Amino acid sequence: MRVTVRVFAQLRDVAGLGVWEADVTPGALVRDVWRDATARHPGIAPFENAISCAVNASFARMTQPIADGDDIAFLPPVSGG
Amino acid sequence: MVQWPNVAGYTHVMRFAITPGVLALDALVREVEGDAQRRGEGCGGLCTFLGVVRATHKGRRVRYLEYEAFEPLAMNVFRQIEAEIAREWPGTVLAIHHRVGRLEIGEASVAIVAGAAHRAGGFQACRYAIERVKQVAPVWKHEFFDDGDAWVEGAVADPHDELARQEARKRACA
Repeated sequence: MRVTVRVFAQLRDVAGLGVWEADVTPGALVRDVWRDATARHPGIAPFENAISCAVNASFARMTQPIADGDDIAFLPPVSGG
Repeated sequence: MVQWPNVAGYTHVMRFAITPGVLALDALVREVEGDAQRRGEGCGGLCTFLGVVRATHKGRRVRYLEYEAFEPLAMNVFRQIEAEIAREWPGTVLAIHHRVGRLEIGEASVAIVAGAAHRAGGFQACRYAIERVKQVAPVWKHEFFDDGDAWVEGAVADPHDELARQEARKRACA
């Protein structure tokens, strides 16, 4: 199945792009999408312990199952305000 | 400014927005006050907060900032903050607009309005809202200095972190 992956701010700078499509196996979790992302863009791997994730614009855990067509976002520490 | 006219000609603004446009606090104040009246009791106190681009950061002179946001998630976060405030300070009407794009020194990056029946609740809800924005909202600040640039790293956003929420509440009620 195919999902959209988004990264922001430092993650996007390190990855060199902010959005891409990824093919994942049925039954995959958010964590599997992250592993695929770090395989494509090894520079983002050190952020692993300081990221949040979202599925379809709602916060999610790394253990959340995903579905075909989902929109997965990985967020570095936030700094709004 | 994100706004639309209604049939009576009165221009409403959305209470929650991510926008590249200059923030207009007066329009947000009118919307919150009007909303409070439409809900019944109206506001007895209305508190506002503007976050502003400071000229220095840790001793370095800032040239300008760029903000980016994940808008659909940010809108959900703003609505969650509204729901939290509704539990803590019932009847409060909240508005949050966060700007994105390039901001110059002195420009407002975030505008928050909290209208409440009485001033105590208004002050507390307004402070709580900005604390929660800084903890949870998917917004990122990129600072540009004379001699380089840096992303600002704040909190790891977790809207379900009850300890962080309690810390925001403590600051609001200090």
